[in-house]
Amino acid sequence: MIPLLKTIHLQVAIGPRMLCRDLGFEVLPGQCWGVLGRNGVGKSCLLHTLAGLSSPASGSVLLAGEPVSTLPRKQIAQRVGVLFQQQSDSFPATVMQSALTGRHPYLGRWQWESEEDIELVHEKLALLGLESMVEREVTTLSGGERQRLAIATLLVQQPELLLMDEPTNHLDINYQIRVLDLLSGMCAHGGAAVVMVLHEVNLAIRYCDHLLLLFPDGEALHGRRERILDAEILARLYGHPMVALDGPHGPIYIPG
Amino acid sequence: MFRRLPSLAWLPLLALFSVVTVGIALNSGTIQVGWFGVGEILLGGGGGIERQLVMELRLPRALSAFATGGLLALSGALLQVLLRNPLADPYVLGVSGGAAVAALLAMMAGVGGWWFTASAFGGAMVAIALVFGLAHGRGSWSDTRLLLVGVVVASGCGALLSFLLAIAPEQDLRGMLFWLMGDLSHAGRALPALLVLAGGMVLVAPLARSLNVMARGELQAAALGVEVSRLRLAIYLSASLFTATAVTLAGSIGFVGLVVPHLLRLLMGNDQRLLLPAAVMLGGGLLVLADTLARTVIAPQQLPVGVLTALLGVPVFLYLLQRHR
Repeated sequence: MIPLLKTIHLQVAIGPRMLCRDLGFEVLPGQCWGVLGRNGVGKSCLLHTLAGLSSPASGSVLLAGEPVSTLPRKQIAQRVGVLFQQQSDSFPATVMQSALTGRHPYLGRWQWESEEDIELVHEKLALLGLESMVEREVTTLSGGERQRLAIATLLVQQPELLLMDEPTNHLDINYQIRVLDLLSGMCAHGGAAVVMVLHEVNLAIRYCDHLLLLFPDGEALHGRRERILDAEILARLYGHPMVALDGPHGPIYIPG
Repeated sequence: MFRRLPSLAWLPLLALFSVVTVGIALNSGTIQVGWFGVGEILLGGGGGIERQLVMELRLPRALSAFATGGLLALSGALLQVLLRNPLADPYVLGVSGGAAVAALLAMMAGVGGWWFTASAFGGAMVAIALVFGLAHGRGSWSDTRLLLVGVVVASGCGALLSFLLAIAPEQDLRGMLFWLMGDLSHAGRALPALLVLAGGMVLVAPLARSLNVMARGELQAAALGVEVSRLRLAIYLSASLFTATAVTLAGSIGFVGLVVPHLLRLLMGNDQRLLLPAAVMLGGGLLVLADTLARTVIAPQQLPVGVLTALLGVPVFLYLLQRHR
């Protein structure tokens, strides 16, 4: 199987600071990856690099075997979708109009969105509980509703690889679980793959089969969740002692 | 009430509006020709002084006004999205400042006709190159940096203008002030501006959906497949060219470029594919109306049309803003 995403000797830097050195990992269809690390360790920056939105200090990122740096943006957008940490709509638009931008990579220069596109938007909005807000102005939505709209837009884009920066941001517990269930369902049955930054360790453990841990010194650990995770690693990752308790879905980690 | 109209329905309404305004312009003045008379003359009939008046004076001026208004509104709409700033207008990046400095210098040097037009346009081009060069610098150009450089160059031009006005000979002052306020009475041939407007619209229309995406943020747009830096460059250069053409034709007519796009956003939403052509028609039509008033209200005296656009537009805009609260 060709990996949807593969990095080779990837080095990501901000100015003089090296965020990760010699990172090489593969994301196969069906996998769900969690990216964990402290604030400012470079999680978002890495995600942007994987999406080809910023270029690495060295090394390369391959999307289905092709270097992301040589692909036209439109082709990248048909394969990879990105959920950003913040939404920044500054002009009036309705929920429908905003979600329809997810079809942009598939439309020709003079082409308008079709009935099927609109149907698709309705379907994805309903998945995120936004079906009653189709004609609302985006600027009147609450933070959590905006986040759900951004996720719905990402689903409208129908990428095979979803790079998500804190998808549970602003969401209440009900929607945190709903969104993560939805994503893991897409991985398990839809052949998609997800790489998401999470701050909630226990959600990451529950939903991600693979983890990528970024340490402040530029070191990175990655692999199957059960192989790399324990209280000691987490304590080193966050710089705070962690304790494992027994929970309904396996161990639960809480700050010690 | 207005909002209930589907956005698409506004386009034919606005097209009708622009045709009617041009009709009004052809029909207004000391000699009334009547609607049938205007129709007859446009179709090649009629004769004598009336035909001459309509075809040689009123029609070119109305078309100049339409082209100017359309260009300004289009440029304003583009710059507001490009700079992600609702306060942006066609003049915010210093294009009109550059044109004005060159135009005033040309007036003081006593050149007229083609040379005057060329120097105003040249001044605008120098300002565009200057702002673009400085904003680009090394490294990337953010919209904030572009806006800052533009505002600073514009205020530099403002200072130069004050200086020129201070040292200008008395008899030139009135002409200079009229030009600065925006005035169509010396507008030359409308055809070049109309061509720029039509060509520009054809060029910009296929970018409109990308602009919709760009209104959601640049990173977001890039992630949705927009080549952001290329789009930004295309929008910056075309908006600047539109402004330069308008300013060269009629001086710095204020208000149209700032308010027409906002007015339309209130009425029909922010889909650029509809907003851009709508802006051309509303901006053009409004300026034709304003210019007709400018030459008839206190005839035979003429008012600078820029004063009228603001006097008419401010109350209309404030009213709409209140209603949509």
